[in-house]
Amino acid sequence: MPAGSSVAFDSLFGDYPLDCAYDEMRTPSGSIRPHYRALAEMLASLPAGELQRRKQSADLSFLTQGITFTVYGRDEGTERIFPYDMLPRLITATEWDRIERGLTQRITALNLFLRDIYSDAKILADKVIPSELIYSCKHYRRQMRGLDVPRNVYIAVVGSDLLRLDNGEFVVLEDNLRVPSGVSYMLTNRRVMKRTFPQLFASCGVKPIEQYPQLLLATLRALAPEGRPEPNIVLLTPGVYNSAYFEHTYLARQMGIELVEGRDLVTHDNIVYMRTTDGLKRVDVIYRRVDDDFCDPLIFRSDSALGCAGLFNAYRAGNVTITNAFGTGLADDKAVYAYVPRMIRYYLNEDPILPNVETYILGEDRDREYALANLDKLVVKAVGESGGYGMLIGPHASQQKRAEFAAAIRANPRNYIAQPTLDFSRAPCLLDGKLEPRHVDLRPYVLYGDKVQIVPGGLTRVALEKGSLVVNSSQGGGSKDTWVLE
Amino acid sequence: MLSRVADSLYWMSRYLERAENTARQLDVTLSLMLDTGGASVESRWQHLVAALGKPAGLRVSGTSDEMARAMVFDPLTPASITYCVNAARENARQVREEISTEQWQRLNRLYHQIHDPETEAGFEASASDTLTTVLDGIHLFQGVGGSTMIHGQGWQFIRLGRYLERAYSTATMLEAAVPDLASAQDRENSAYQYLDLVGLLRSCTAFEAYCQVYTADIVPDQILEFLLLNRDFPHSIRYAVDNIRYAIESIQRHGGKRAPELAASVGKLHAMIEYSSIGEILSGDASTFLHSIREQCLRIHETIYRNYVQYSIQSALTV
Repeated sequence: MPAGSSVAFDSLFGDYPLDCAYDEMRTPSGSIRPHYRALAEMLASLPAGELQRRKQSADLSFLTQGITFTVYGRDEGTERIFPYDMLPRLITATEWDRIERGLTQRITALNLFLRDIYSDAKILADKVIPSELIYSCKHYRRQMRGLDVPRNVYIAVVGSDLLRLDNGEFVVLEDNLRVPSGVSYMLTNRRVMKRTFPQLFASCGVKPIEQYPQLLLATLRALAPEGRPEPNIVLLTPGVYNSAYFEHTYLARQMGIELVEGRDLVTHDNIVYMRTTDGLKRVDVIYRRVDDDFCDPLIFRSDSALGCAGLFNAYRAGNVTITNAFGTGLADDKAVYAYVPRMIRYYLNEDPILPNVETYILGEDRDREYALANLDKLVVKAVGESGGYGMLIGPHASQQKRAEFAAAIRANPRNYIAQPTLDFSRAPCLLDGKLEPRHVDLRPYVLYGDKVQIVPGGLTRVALEKGSLVVNSSQGGGSKDTWVLE
Repeated sequence: MLSRVADSLYWMSRYLERAENTARQLDVTLSLMLDTGGASVESRWQHLVAALGKPAGLRVSGTSDEMARAMVFDPLTPASITYCVNAARENARQVREEISTEQWQRLNRLYHQIHDPETEAGFEASASDTLTTVLDGIHLFQGVGGSTMIHGQGWQFIRLGRYLERAYSTATMLEAAVPDLASAQDRENSAYQYLDLVGLLRSCTAFEAYCQVYTADIVPDQILEFLLLNRDFPHSIRYAVDNIRYAIESIQRHGGKRAPELAASVGKLHAMIEYSSIGEILSGDASTFLHSIREQCLRIHETIYRNYVQYSIQSALTV
């Protein structure tokens, strides 16, 4: 069937614009990309109103499964579902193969980099990366110097953000090496999509991702301290007020491990215990979802009530594995990011498979001069921030906002980087019964225990607001299921 | 089970039981005040405050409406129903993944009902309706918990909290009623006295159950016997203590620590009630007997804490 010919199809696409960027579903001439044909045909064949009906039943499914976040304020205690889009984002096997190899290479190099920095720092001695960049990073933890971490794995759980540029190539926008979140939405999106489009799912041939919790558990187990064959693994959460609390409970439940808060833990003689109604129980592995700063008031922020005093000493003594390790934020610093391709060449002697986005380091004079002269074309980011905070999108910002950023950059250049405004890809989303393109990124989840493992898929985040480039859930973004095809 | 989780479930349950008890006693008192020929309004309030154990911070002056409102809505008074519901919900939220979604929804609905501005605005005209809403909400929560929550250790901590609170508050209420019961003994039953005695039973939802056992012949000694020693009535102290014992045994069966100290303190209270007759209790000093029950409840609470929640690390390491 020549897609686009039926009436239903036309009304669905309406005035779907193909003006700019790479469209995930359609070529610039308007025809449907081959791997999207099954989806397009299904959309065209559905009777009017059917999509809307399925959307409602999917909404209900999210709600009854408790895939919600709690809204505070006026409607205190009411639960809302996480915004999501019905239509899956498709990735071909060839594309995925490249992503998988590229991320494996990248994570391996980043881990070697962390190992190097916290031991001999050869990469600094060889002047591949300027020392002052590392030692001025607020996520650098001197306490980690010379400390052996189990299996030399610093970053067991990683979520890297990828974008597809107008040439169709994927690039890495940033790595999340501290406490990446969102994986629960990847898993629950899939569950709901399978229920909503069963025939389509079966006919597309989609690679499974449901094994993620089991792989995560195996990863954590692989990192347990020596001599603990039946390790007690726990997930450390900051508590109910954290916005990712749903994910913490979800993962703990799916893995069958205890969800603990800092106040549940005590340390004695450098051993960590949790308080149970059957007395103290030794803890061997902590998958922490608490930031470095808050983990141990004796070592990091002394005003933190979220951690447990003595945790770091127990970790240093090798009696407990805490993952990700402390100080990993160093390697996802946005200025250090610019050097990742050089790290890959330095440690692995390979060319990067997945390129970086072109990045100006504003601590360097030439880059800064250029950036300050071209603020209206660039995106400026504060290096220590994440979640879309501390960001200037030059072309969309007011003159005043740009001036504020220029002043801030001059005052503390080390704190900023600039990147060209990227015209990254858009995927069709179902909005008010019509298809409209919205910008999307892709966050695959990487596990590193015995070896690097990536479940085929990830969280496709969507900037649901028209024209918006910001996909972060804290800034009005949503998500959609990601299907990696066989 | 994590100590923190056990603690939250236990207190969630205690707070709801406390709210239920306050709601029922307040409802009975407001209804008794309608019969103006009996005790004065002031003495009714004094009696109610005593029956609730003279909770700190409770407003004991002003008009009846003001006092009743404070008892229901004041979020800052630990004895108020609103305070108890807030505290129960806050505890439930900390362990949201341990209780069922249905339980959470019921509790949440109760919370919103009591915080609805219209509830407070219409309180004077419909105090009884409001209190019934509270009682219904708590009963729904308990019923839904019974049929949707896994009956493991967590459930037993919920039951433990409920029955310990119930034993304590019933003993408190009876202790406050002993002088009245004694004086009612000596005189002919007037219609007003009859209302008061029925009110005492109603405070424990015990009127109909009492009639089934003793007929509508309302005799002070029998009331005391029923509320203290009846084996089968869920609001009697004996029933509560039996269930405290059962909950603790179940906790230990479901992986909680063996705690001989706890078994001893519960066993002592159980034996004291199990082997007492109402004749003995009345020939001695009933107030002292009831007071001893309260003190033992407090001791059991401390022992639960010492064994399951706030044990010292040293003691736990030497075992």
